[in-house]
Amino acid sequence: MDAVKRPVQALTAKSWFRLPRQPMLRHGLFALLAGVGFYFLTNWFSAFNDYELGEIAFFAIALAGLTLLTGITGQISLGNGGFMAVGAFTLALLYTHTKWNLVPELFVVVIVSVIAGGIIGIPATRLRGPYLAGMTLTVALGLPYLTNQYESIFGGDQGLNTPPPTGPSNINPEQWLAWIQILGALIVLVLLGNLLRSRFGRSFRAVRDDEIAASLAGINVPRTKVIAFMVSAGCAGLAGAFLALSAGITNSAEFPLALSIYLLAGVVLGGTGSLMGVWWGAIIVVYLPNEWATDLASDFHANSLVSANLAIIIFGLVLVVMMLVAPSGIQGGIRWLAAKTAAYFSSDTVTNMTLPLQEATEAGINPPVNGGSVTSTEKQGV
Amino acid sequence: MQFFLNITLGGIASGMIVAAVALGLVLIFRATNIVNFAQGAMAMITTYLAYAILHQGVDYWVALICALAIGLLFGGVVQFVLIRPIQNKSPLNAIILTFGFLIFLEGIAGAIWGSTTRTYPAPFSESGQKLGHTQIAFSPFDVYILLSVLVLMGIMLVLFRATNLGLRMRAVAFAPEAARLLGVRVQPLLTLGWALAAAAGVLAALLVVPTSSLTPNFMDVILVYGFTAAVVGGLDSPVGALVGGLITGLSLAWVGGYLGGSLEPMAALALVIVSLMVRPEGIFARPAARRV
Repeated sequence: MDAVKRPVQALTAKSWFRLPRQPMLRHGLFALLAGVGFYFLTNWFSAFNDYELGEIAFFAIALAGLTLLTGITGQISLGNGGFMAVGAFTLALLYTHTKWNLVPELFVVVIVSVIAGGIIGIPATRLRGPYLAGMTLTVALGLPYLTNQYESIFGGDQGLNTPPPTGPSNINPEQWLAWIQILGALIVLVLLGNLLRSRFGRSFRAVRDDEIAASLAGINVPRTKVIAFMVSAGCAGLAGAFLALSAGITNSAEFPLALSIYLLAGVVLGGTGSLMGVWWGAIIVVYLPNEWATDLASDFHANSLVSANLAIIIFGLVLVVMMLVAPSGIQGGIRWLAAKTAAYFSSDTVTNMTLPLQEATEAGINPPVNGGSVTSTEKQGV
Repeated sequence: MQFFLNITLGGIASGMIVAAVALGLVLIFRATNIVNFAQGAMAMITTYLAYAILHQGVDYWVALICALAIGLLFGGVVQFVLIRPIQNKSPLNAIILTFGFLIFLEGIAGAIWGSTTRTYPAPFSESGQKLGHTQIAFSPFDVYILLSVLVLMGIMLVLFRATNLGLRMRAVAFAPEAARLLGVRVQPLLTLGWALAAAAGVLAALLVVPTSSLTPNFMDVILVYGFTAAVVGGLDSPVGALVGGLITGLSLAWVGGYLGGSLEPMAALALVIVSLMVRPEGIFARPAARRV
């Protein structure tokens, strides 16, 4: 028992700065600070950098949704690119057929995506691992075909217009869009952070660690999984709508299988199960294909074929290598470094940073068998 | 009626191809509980190599045999290098790894060969035959598809049912720990299983490619159909792979023929959902209890 209690005491006693205990307040404070930081960043950045910042923001939303589903609830989804397409096309159809404001449109986008997530999620509750992966892969591959089938509705190859919203005339459009997207990302992350601190968050983790034990503890496992699916799809849909706004046009070519892979790679790189990690993942998912890969290709005087494909080669390689070498991602590495540093400065705070698996072992509890080495370094909340 | 007959015949031919893909997935799943999402991409790379070999001026059949050999080798190497280290970790790791490998291979193919479509020749005529006075859409190439998949299935059946090696492979798939205790060397047999599965995937790819065209992602959809077939038949049953393949091929052909070709992937999704709702373990799978 002592081993389980100690980290909490160490954390509260040793901190020189105490954060609010209330999750809502604490997450809100983080978001406010991040928002102020982003505000200055967008003023300092050029229009193109603002555009990329907005992309980082919506990828952070999509990655947060997938993190909740895969890292925290333990349900794999290769199909969140498909849910992004659902969100984008919902927005495009609303823009084409209604005269609504952006905010109610985004609400409808989220609702439609959540419903789509429920439709896929309900059969998915009966599935495990590979079945679920295969089914969601079919979603990611199949949904874009639908838009080709019903060209009159979805505009076929041309797609539908989704122009970015126009703000005040003294603010350039990229900056205005980036603000909207960042605001959306911060709101989503605060809400998800709170969700993970709630009863639902604990149910998600319990389902991931051991479904049978979770159901014995009174958790409705299928319902928990469906909720995770719906929240994840809602995030993906909102991110897809933001992607549509950034692109200005929505067609099925924007949602290839590679997009789902980017999402998975972003989650794995950020560290599955860590909501802060989604920012690392989002930065890499945006900058690697657009800048780093093309720079690398031109450094090596590679031909256009190589430079066009370098990003997906790197992402594929990253997924393979991360699974072989470091399944806990960048945020896991940072935690590991932080733990090492803390251990170096003070021997008292060591337990503070131990991993749940080690805590459990110290406390004499058997570590979960299928808890998953992917997810074992996850700590509480944000 | 004639339209129905034609699309049904087409569905049988494509169902056999799907069955070969499903067989590859099943061989790996029953031995290691891993679904190899990279199987289609591995077959795609091998098909590109076969295309290159073909352009050295060799015969179709020589290229086919070379491709199958490359496939065997490739499957074995992948199991040896990538799968062994993660075999005892969470199933999520294996899924993410094979999925990452899928996109890695597609990127490599795109970087080397680009996304221009290439045509891979068929060994027999692809046009329909006259039967009496009516033209039916069953070409000699379709007969070849049917026969080659049946031969593949026959070889697998003989291997697994009639040889000592096959008995050991079944033992490893059924109870790896017990097999090891009885002196069966498990890892080499798993490598062999992956090699055979990859070869089945390569055969399927070489049967698909003359009617579609050779691009880095031409196997994506075929892999999804193969997965559908494997789920319908039961992920650990080779017979289920064949039956599931035919069911999948026929339903997709009917959906494609009457409703529109672009609906086929969503029809596959619907088929997976329905079959999982009705019979989650598949038609032919052995009943399995999940361990606590």
